[in-house]
Amino acid sequence: MAEFKNSGENMKDFKGVWVFCEQRQGELQSTVLELVSEGRKLADDLGVELAGLLLGDNVEGLAKEIGAYGADKVILCDDPSLKDYTTDAYADVICDVVMEKKPEIVLIGATNIGRDLGPRCAARLHTGLTADCTHLDVETTKYVDFLKANSTLDVDQMVAAGRIKMEDRNLKMTRPAFGGHLMATIICPRFRPQMSTVRPGVLKKGEYDEAKAAAVVVEKYAVKTGELKTQVVEIVKEAKQLVDLIGADVVVSVGRGISKDVEKGIALAEELAEVLGGVVGGSRVAIDSGWLTADHQVGQTGKTVHPTLYIALGISGAIQHKAGMQDSGTIVAVNKSESAPIFDVADYGICGDMFKVVPMMIETIKAAKAAK
Amino acid sequence: MKVIVCVKQVPDTSGKVAVKPDGTLDRASMATIINPDDKNAIEAALALKDETGCKTIVVTMGPPPAEGMLREIMAMGVDEAVLVSGREFGGSDTFATSQILAAAINKIGIEDDDIVLCGRQAIDGDTAQVGPQIAEKLGLPQITYAADIKVEGREVTVKRMLEDGYMTIKTQTPCLITAIKELNTPRYMSVGGIFDCYNKPMSVFDFNTLKDDPLIELDTIGLKGSPTNIFASFTPPQKGQGEMLEGADQKTVDVLVDKLLAKHII
Repeated sequence: MAEFKNSGENMKDFKGVWVFCEQRQGELQSTVLELVSEGRKLADDLGVELAGLLLGDNVEGLAKEIGAYGADKVILCDDPSLKDYTTDAYADVICDVVMEKKPEIVLIGATNIGRDLGPRCAARLHTGLTADCTHLDVETTKYVDFLKANSTLDVDQMVAAGRIKMEDRNLKMTRPAFGGHLMATIICPRFRPQMSTVRPGVLKKGEYDEAKAAAVVVEKYAVKTGELKTQVVEIVKEAKQLVDLIGADVVVSVGRGISKDVEKGIALAEELAEVLGGVVGGSRVAIDSGWLTADHQVGQTGKTVHPTLYIALGISGAIQHKAGMQDSGTIVAVNKSESAPIFDVADYGICGDMFKVVPMMIETIKAAKAAK
Repeated sequence: MKVIVCVKQVPDTSGKVAVKPDGTLDRASMATIINPDDKNAIEAALALKDETGCKTIVVTMGPPPAEGMLREIMAMGVDEAVLVSGREFGGSDTFATSQILAAAINKIGIEDDDIVLCGRQAIDGDTAQVGPQIAEKLGLPQITYAADIKVEGREVTVKRMLEDGYMTIKTQTPCLITAIKELNTPRYMSVGGIFDCYNKPMSVFDFNTLKDDPLIELDTIGLKGSPTNIFASFTPPQKGQGEMLEGADQKTVDVLVDKLLAKHII
């Protein structure tokens, strides 16, 4: 491999936006389509091509779906050695393609696999990587609008003082830090590609476009993998049904407030969720205490949800939790403590004992639904 | 065989978090703790020590007061400590940090039957990047999200968690593994350990110790050299205050349900 130069003058050789299209057992991870939709906007702002980078064994059939959400082309790395994810094989192939074709932006879903792969590749490619991003901009006018809507910063003053330059075309990668207490926008101005892992469930998936699906170009890349040091012995899908928090329309979450009778607290939440056609979530306390499994966790270290209706039961509302639910359509909170921070983000708050309030809610909603 | 554990001292973000007017974290006013996932890495190292009698070394990068944390970890049973500390290293992003830690590990020396352990991620940044980046720089195979580790001779078998299940992965030492909380229950310091920890060896690696290591590039360490920079930081806005409903009885619930019905939410 010729020496890979990615700084200084060589930066302008890098063009195009790429999305790593993670598949497991031949199925695209849902976050890929969010990334492709977002990548389309970035590519349009830059006036460049959007490519999906697809690795696997016999996965060409997925290219259409990637195209349908906005990719101009799919770079296909199809090889039996890429059937299941291994850090070595995937990093070898991705770094080879990146070094050869030189994209300026590479987006990776921040799944357990993306978070394993991203840093390995970034270190080899000698570039920065920003983890778990929740917002991306290249166009500075859009970034300025984002800051105005989402921060208390004096943005006009920052622009006037030259701290934000309107002609800046670096990828501005915004992410929560310190457990969601702070938001930070990160740039990688001296090296290419600019790499980012993106939090699943935050960016919006676009519409499936039949014409685009048909128009996508598949570019095959001849795979060479080096000696593999790890081998996958088995892959086990947990038999238990994992809760689909991200896709749910209604989420009923429980927190510390159920501690006096955990079993009853969860049963009430489940019944309320069932009446509303929703699912049960939990705060960090509920997961760390073992009351609910990790797939139920809403928050900075769990999942980000934006259901139509979010009901928080006995959740105090630490910033860590709010980071994962404050963009919900309507938020209802029931908590015994009047000063609980959850009431700051709730549309409707009830200060009271959830063990008394929730049974009434269940019956009242049942009756209201029956009357409809 | 030896096990090297990388740890980080972090502000306790589960408690009250103080933010300065300029939007940066007021670290001075916050308690510090051993990063939670790193405690699982320490426990995994100590379990291997209990099983095989191997040597255990803890490495951290941080300001001089991090020595207290290293003593605490030696009181849990780790044999030796290395504090990587220098003004030149301050403000490093994950790329720069992993380069410095890889150089420190290189200096300690990696042999064929060694294992490097890290926590999956630190609670102040939540990036999960430093472990894999150290592995890449040292040319070691990596296995992240480890919920179970078995070592037999040079063969290492790890249960690696995925969102929807797990993979069983085999590799050979030397390798790097990152720990999650499902891996084990970290032990506490022992009374004997607290007595012993002040007699255990602790080295300090500063800029001069590491600057000539082949893994160090002088122009990509510290705040200035880090590939990524903070462009802006800010506190997330609070959503506008909603409505507190009066009481907590059937009447209150009726009001709530009427409001949700009126807005076609239910």
